[in-house]
Amino acid sequence: MATKVVMEALSPTMEEGRLVEWKKAEGDAVATGDVLAEVETDKAVMELVARADGVLLKRVVADGDTVPVAQVVGWIGAEGETIPEGGGTAPAAAPPAKEKDKAEAAPSAPEPAAPAPAPAAGNDRVKASPVARKIAAERGLDLGSIAGSGPDGRVIMRDLEGATAKPAAAAATIGASVFTDLPLSQMRKTIAKRLVQSIGPIPTFYLTVEVDMERAHEAREALLARDDKGKFSFNDLIIRASAEALTRHPFVNAWWMDDKIRQWQDVHVGVAVAVDEGLITPIIRHADRKTLREIAGEVRELAGRARAKKLAPEEYTGATFTVSNLGMFGIDDFTAIINPPEVAILAVGRIEQKPVVANGELEIRRRMRMTLSCDHRVVDGATGAQFLKTLVEMLENPLALVW
Amino acid sequence: MANQTFDVIIIGGGPAGYPAAIRASQLGLSAAVVERDKLGGVCVNIGCIPTKALLHSAALLNSIRKDAKENGITTGDVSGDYGVAMKRSRKVADQNSKGAEFLMKKNKVTVIKGTGVLASATTVKVGDDVLTAKKAIVLATGSRTKGIPPIGLDIDGKVVISSDEALFLEAAPKRLAIVGAGAVGCEFADIFNSFGSEVTLIEALPRILPVEDAECSDVIAKSYKKRGIAVHAGVKVVKADVKSDSVSLTIETGGKTETITADKVLMAAGRAVNTEKIGLDAVGVKLTDRGFIAVDPATLQTSVKGVYAIGDVAGPPMLAHKGTREGIHVAEVIAGHHPKAIDYSNVPSVTYCHPEVASVGLTEEQAKEQGIEIKVGRFPFSANGRARASNETDGFVKIIRGAKYGEIVGAHIVSGHASEMIHELILARTNEYTVEEVDLAIHAHPTLSEAIAEAALDSLGRAVHI
Repeated sequence: MATKVVMEALSPTMEEGRLVEWKKAEGDAVATGDVLAEVETDKAVMELVARADGVLLKRVVADGDTVPVAQVVGWIGAEGETIPEGGGTAPAAAPPAKEKDKAEAAPSAPEPAAPAPAPAAGNDRVKASPVARKIAAERGLDLGSIAGSGPDGRVIMRDLEGATAKPAAAAATIGASVFTDLPLSQMRKTIAKRLVQSIGPIPTFYLTVEVDMERAHEAREALLARDDKGKFSFNDLIIRASAEALTRHPFVNAWWMDDKIRQWQDVHVGVAVAVDEGLITPIIRHADRKTLREIAGEVRELAGRARAKKLAPEEYTGATFTVSNLGMFGIDDFTAIINPPEVAILAVGRIEQKPVVANGELEIRRRMRMTLSCDHRVVDGATGAQFLKTLVEMLENPLALVW
Repeated sequence: MANQTFDVIIIGGGPAGYPAAIRASQLGLSAAVVERDKLGGVCVNIGCIPTKALLHSAALLNSIRKDAKENGITTGDVSGDYGVAMKRSRKVADQNSKGAEFLMKKNKVTVIKGTGVLASATTVKVGDDVLTAKKAIVLATGSRTKGIPPIGLDIDGKVVISSDEALFLEAAPKRLAIVGAGAVGCEFADIFNSFGSEVTLIEALPRILPVEDAECSDVIAKSYKKRGIAVHAGVKVVKADVKSDSVSLTIETGGKTETITADKVLMAAGRAVNTEKIGLDAVGVKLTDRGFIAVDPATLQTSVKGVYAIGDVAGPPMLAHKGTREGIHVAEVIAGHHPKAIDYSNVPSVTYCHPEVASVGLTEEQAKEQGIEIKVGRFPFSANGRARASNETDGFVKIIRGAKYGEIVGAHIVSGHASEMIHELILARTNEYTVEEVDLAIHAHPTLSEAIAEAALDSLGRAVHI
């Protein structure tokens, strides 16, 4: 029987996809896992892979067509097989991958040694043991992306060892982090209601500070001189310092969830990156636990792939805080718009040498202005100010980061 | 027959070897089994099967003695005749061996009588005949009973005996000492106590059934003492004085010595593997430092390409069901398949004394040693309706689960039917069900197995019937 190829939801928010280009022609042999086509989602260009073995019988949609998720875009089947009547356009759910029937016969036909990964389209179709499911749910692992070593590719406990590195769906990934849900007090509810009526769906206020970056500059110069491989930018330092400050001010490291505030214990910092046609915020996960060198490397790698539209959904969704820096464009200061459900975003301007009064004397120092946009339903003026104070202290005395 | 060629030659027709031959044949290979004695090996002929027949006789005898009156059954004097029970056990063993012979015929496996010796990586000598293997040779030579010669306990078959002789005694000895209180020692203690012997059970480790969970050992030790079996655990036999019709054993514990005199002593402290005189050296098959044949756990291949080893010779646990699984596995490997790895952590252990002890996975002690965070659930059969109805309230179900995810770390059952009940938990553990899945399965009422669901619930802090 022929198997449908459908437009899959390749990101959590994807409702439709544009089939950029078919990678297989009608009549081409395909195996499970082969790339059939490139699909552009709301965020990135991703690969649509075959969920069955056989021959690509028909392309139902043409290159460049946009179709809703779950609609049939093609058919896979045995050579010469005909597709069902009316099978050209009817929307249908993604079919589960079927393993080829294995005839137990002659010893000359060995079974495949390595189990194939279970189909990725939805966890309920993945074969996994109950214990593996529990662990995956808690750690936010996508069972579909894990090769099962149990009978018939079933994912078992052992397969999840060391599987943390490659979490999948964004919501699931953040689910792996530890958080505390705080119920809304009557006062918080009232504050939320009044402010929303007054200013719009996210009642934002802004706090601006000027930071002395002289010592940060010295530290950076010293580090760069010491190790030419370890390039890093001031923005990497700001990400690292923000992460540190967030661990001390969990109220800022939170999500507004309408009926509650979710305070995260893990810190995942989104970094705004300008790309053609817009912007995307790849995430530095657990930025509070990473070294400056790790952050610098990750930012560069993620930004590169972001510009090439090659980010996977889990790489740009699920941040707990965001940093946006327009210093490289010569912007002195600006206000950034909060990316809900996050409750704050830091807008960073350029570093500029200016005359300032220090110790009663006029000095020329490197200064930088930062503005924190705060969702007032969660972050009050004082909370935001305390966070900024810590952040300023970190940046003005970078050694504090390793203290 | 002279010189023949097969795809696979299996040396040893016990519970590892003959299933390997069947599976090989099913997969289209020509297979030969070389067996010097009867098909079925120790298990069928002088192990698992005849002891279970004798344990059945023993249980029946105890049941009549204990329960007849209150169940409205009138009996005269009840006495046991070990010789008669022994003859029945022989019949059962022979039937099983014949069954194995039938299976060989049915699956077109060639059975060659004689002692097989590895002559090269591809040939086996049986007497003057040379058999050639096109694909593989499988060593499944098993193990045998052993004494403790350094202290004078050489098995002589008369006063110092092993299970091999015990299974053929015409009468129960008046006084029997048993050295070793693992499964074999405990089962024979049960049998001979039931048939009227004065039994002394001696174990060097601190408790009887030393590989089982301590709570299980305790229940059996108490039950045995109640039945009049003298249980000495944590003692060492330091000297044996073997006479023509009796034996004196000097045992030592905490610096104190004691002498036990018996008509016979049954050696049940470990078994020796049959690795000698089968040509291992000549062909270069390597042994482990513990004397087992070294194998690659994934393929069961020895250090010599094309030569495999399964069952007792391939390493512990020396259990028939472990050997059988290896037999099936090795046949599939030889046929070019890639079977799933054998899950050695899920090999169950059963002692068929009364009540029986069955377990899978870790004991509570082992779990703690390994630093696993656990919760323990227990349910005693005294709170189980079916157990009361059948007067089998001894024992309990104990489930050790992971504190966080509820996976079954270990499961232990003491019950008249523990050997049958444990499989629910083996299935659960092998498939990584949590205690919640065990409870979600609706257990029929009234059954002993309800105690399993209750123990699962108890580990979650919500047992219903206690």
